[in-house]
Amino acid sequence: MIASLSLILLCQLVGEIIVRGIGVPVPGPVIGAVLLLLLLLARDRFAILARGPLQEGGVENTSRGLLANLSLLFVPAGVGVVQKLDLLAEHGIAIMLILAVSVVVTLLATVVTFRIASRLLTRGQDTP
Amino acid sequence: MKDNPFSLWVYLSQSPLLWLTLTVLTYAFADAFSLATKRHPLANPVLHSVWIIGAFLLLTGTSYTTYFAGAQFVHFLLGPATVALAIPLYENRKTVAAAILPMLVALVVGSVSAIVSVVVLAEVAGLPRAVILSIAPKSVTAGVAMGISDTLHADPSLTAVAVILTGIMGAIIVTPLMNRVGITDFRARGFAAGLAAHGIGTARAFQVDPVAGVFSGIALGLNALVTSLLVPLAVTLLLK
Repeated sequence: MIASLSLILLCQLVGEIIVRGIGVPVPGPVIGAVLLLLLLLARDRFAILARGPLQEGGVENTSRGLLANLSLLFVPAGVGVVQKLDLLAEHGIAIMLILAVSVVVTLLATVVTFRIASRLLTRGQDTP
Repeated sequence: MKDNPFSLWVYLSQSPLLWLTLTVLTYAFADAFSLATKRHPLANPVLHSVWIIGAFLLLTGTSYTTYFAGAQFVHFLLGPATVALAIPLYENRKTVAAAILPMLVALVVGSVSAIVSVVVLAEVAGLPRAVILSIAPKSVTAGVAMGISDTLHADPSLTAVAVILTGIMGAIIVTPLMNRVGITDFRARGFAAGLAAHGIGTARAFQVDPVAGVFSGIALGLNALVTSLLVPLAVTLLLK
């Protein structure tokens, strides 16, 4: 488990270094996820990589444990709302309404586009 | 300290232990409640943990900085958890590879809708320009949104609030909305959740369906990139 956690942290660290190095507007951990994915794909191709956390579901199990509690990780940032109560008192109702409408519009636009594009682009083999 | 409960409080309230325990314990109850309601959208564990902890901080007069000294250990795990998204992505790679094109089209349309809708609505409502700029990147993950807000000389802490509110609202609304519209494709539902409501939407998607979770995670990553490019452009075009 410690080896798996080290591997995950290492991917994140390299991701941060890449992001800072070339200045792309992507979070370091997202690059880290791409790196871990590439490592897993490489492991399937080259047996020599299948050791340590990359064998017997090591990194897979640790990752599943982290993702099972993903909601918890947003709580500390969420509590940050208490710092902005004055601003929310002033424009709160308007901001909440705008965000709510916008999120519904975004969800519908995205899901409808995905379905239409999926129907047009992947003829026949669609799994609804 | 034994004979004075107040000095015990003074000691504990300054230590990270109390705030870390409060965060994890409150979430444990909120999550158990969510499970007991069979993951009802309104029993969202982030929503309920946030208001309970927020109320506790206000009642005890504790500053967010003090609270965060303890809660940062939980907050830190957001990074590793994002890296961990590689695992479901890897396990569902065939499903994902087959849907690359619909994802890219939905990404562009969704990202533009997210930004344009919020900027236009905020302008119609007559909100101050600084507020509009701050809430424009609300659909991407907090770290990136705050970075965008900073480059626009807006208020990154207001951006963080807008991001969290958007995430919670999206997570609550996505399941009933999709059921009502009659979308049964969990790839599309998940992708929309991650695009509109970033990580909180993704956490919700994983509760509903593993494939939805995977597509939500991809949308969250891609939208961070597209929104960073589109927000500065959109505010130049839409705001006078």
